[in-house]
Amino acid sequence: MMLRVINALLISLCLPLATLAAEFDYQLNPVKVVKDTYIFEGKTEDFTFGNGGNIVNTGFIVTSNGVVVIDTGPSLRYGEQMRKAISNVTKKPILRVYLTHHHPDHFLGNQAFKGIPIYALGETITSINNEGAGFTDNLYLMVGDWMRGTDSIAPTKTVEPGVVNLGGHKIEILGFSGHTVGDLAIFDHTTGALFSGDLIFHKRTLTTPHANISLWLETIAALKKKPFKVLIPGHGPKSLDKQAMDDVSDYLRWIDVTFKKASEDGLSMTELMAQPIPKQFSGNALLKEEFSRSVTHLYAKYEQAVFKRAN
Amino acid sequence: MLKKLLFLLLFFSASAFSYDLPKDPLASVQWDDMYAAFLKEHPAVFDEKVIVHAPVFAEDPMNVPITVDASQLGEVKEIIIFADFNPIPLIAKYYPVKAKPTLSFRFKIQQASPVRAAVLTDDGVWHVGGMWVNSAGGGCTVASTGRLVGDWADYLGEVYGKEWVNEDANRVRFLIHHPMDTGLVPGIPAFYIEELEFETEAGEELASIKLYEPINENPVLTFDFTPDNKKSTILMSGADNNGNEFEARFKP
Repeated sequence: MMLRVINALLISLCLPLATLAAEFDYQLNPVKVVKDTYIFEGKTEDFTFGNGGNIVNTGFIVTSNGVVVIDTGPSLRYGEQMRKAISNVTKKPILRVYLTHHHPDHFLGNQAFKGIPIYALGETITSINNEGAGFTDNLYLMVGDWMRGTDSIAPTKTVEPGVVNLGGHKIEILGFSGHTVGDLAIFDHTTGALFSGDLIFHKRTLTTPHANISLWLETIAALKKKPFKVLIPGHGPKSLDKQAMDDVSDYLRWIDVTFKKASEDGLSMTELMAQPIPKQFSGNALLKEEFSRSVTHLYAKYEQAVFKRAN
Repeated sequence: MLKKLLFLLLFFSASAFSYDLPKDPLASVQWDDMYAAFLKEHPAVFDEKVIVHAPVFAEDPMNVPITVDASQLGEVKEIIIFADFNPIPLIAKYYPVKAKPTLSFRFKIQQASPVRAAVLTDDGVWHVGGMWVNSAGGGCTVASTGRLVGDWADYLGEVYGKEWVNEDANRVRFLIHHPMDTGLVPGIPAFYIEELEFETEAGEELASIKLYEPINENPVLTFDFTPDNKKSTILMSGADNNGNEFEARFKP
């Protein structure tokens, strides 16, 4: 809380910067990707004051009974602007919200959906309860006043994986893990839309603060079996084929092999961070930065697998 | 801890130098005070041959990886590593004897800060290199995981590691279980490994290092030793500030 007060003070001192984004308008523009299905595509950047945290894809499905929302974005303002943008597409009520996982850019807009059931996997709810407040403070530090009024609100309903029929749409809720301990994906059998959450990053390097590589690879293999027409990744542009899935798998396998070899060769974290990254991944935004972050997240386990008791 | 801080404050306010300090390329307001606290016995120059590798952003402020490499300077006597804006700036003092002037480890950072290595050469000059590490903060005032879980005592002093015989040196990397409490968390006094010494089984002195509060919990350290016999088994011994002693042996 103290952090937020200090941050608010700091921001108010940076007036020229603040006026640039004075409206705090995310300019959310719903893009139709397949019948009844829209997305708000975020930038493939890291959190900055300039983008206000709009680095994520959220979306919604307009069924005959009402709207199903997938993820609520990084802030209260985002959630509010999302609702307004949805109401420009349809006057139907919002039936429910699904959250793909517990990372802050995907759920901190929850406050704007008060009174509407918010569904998430049990693991996601536990993680939001444990880490949500810390995430929120961190985002206040990184994107500033865009966050004003935002608090971490836990989902209200635990969802079990399975098929649910909503207003003429046969919607399958898929429960996975790998990117985090609870990764929900949504496959709309009626339209062929697959919302993968952060199980898939497209043209943007994936992030690993809570990742388990072997589980993530298993999850992608399962996702690939879904006969989707359009894939909406958590970050980056939509995809009409399985290339984005293969790219994520290739990068995860490369990380695994590279970290294993580095640990066997006795490299320190900083030495591993300086390793060259193959050209095949250079089309992904934030490659160097995210690779370095992944070393911090994941390398300690590889080191310890090589060390032997020495006393 | 409070005493130490007061002492440092007094010390800094009284600092006056007989020679003009070189201008800090990292533009830190703390540079003069850092010089007074740790380096004032010798003149200092900023030197690009002293390489500090660390990520520009501390993804995990409790575990910031760093490599210091002063091998372009040849023989060195001492390497002091510190972070200007840490509440406890001093991180480590390394004394390579038969070892390359390189080391890697992880440390805790409290806020964005210059992280520096000052390397003392035979001619009595500190060669200083460094970089800014940005951070969301909080690394020094958060209780260690071992404290939160409460099981640190079960593993205290256990060492896991490995020795590699490389072309230019014998690399030793190891993890030593220790909470490395900074003393800045209410109710948890400072509790950290103070010194580690390295020698070959034949008694050849290789290096020693003094560690301070900012070193991370369950430290992982990397050294490159140059013993006469490349097949040497390397022995480590050390102690923490509570008198617990640690020993380990690394076979190539």
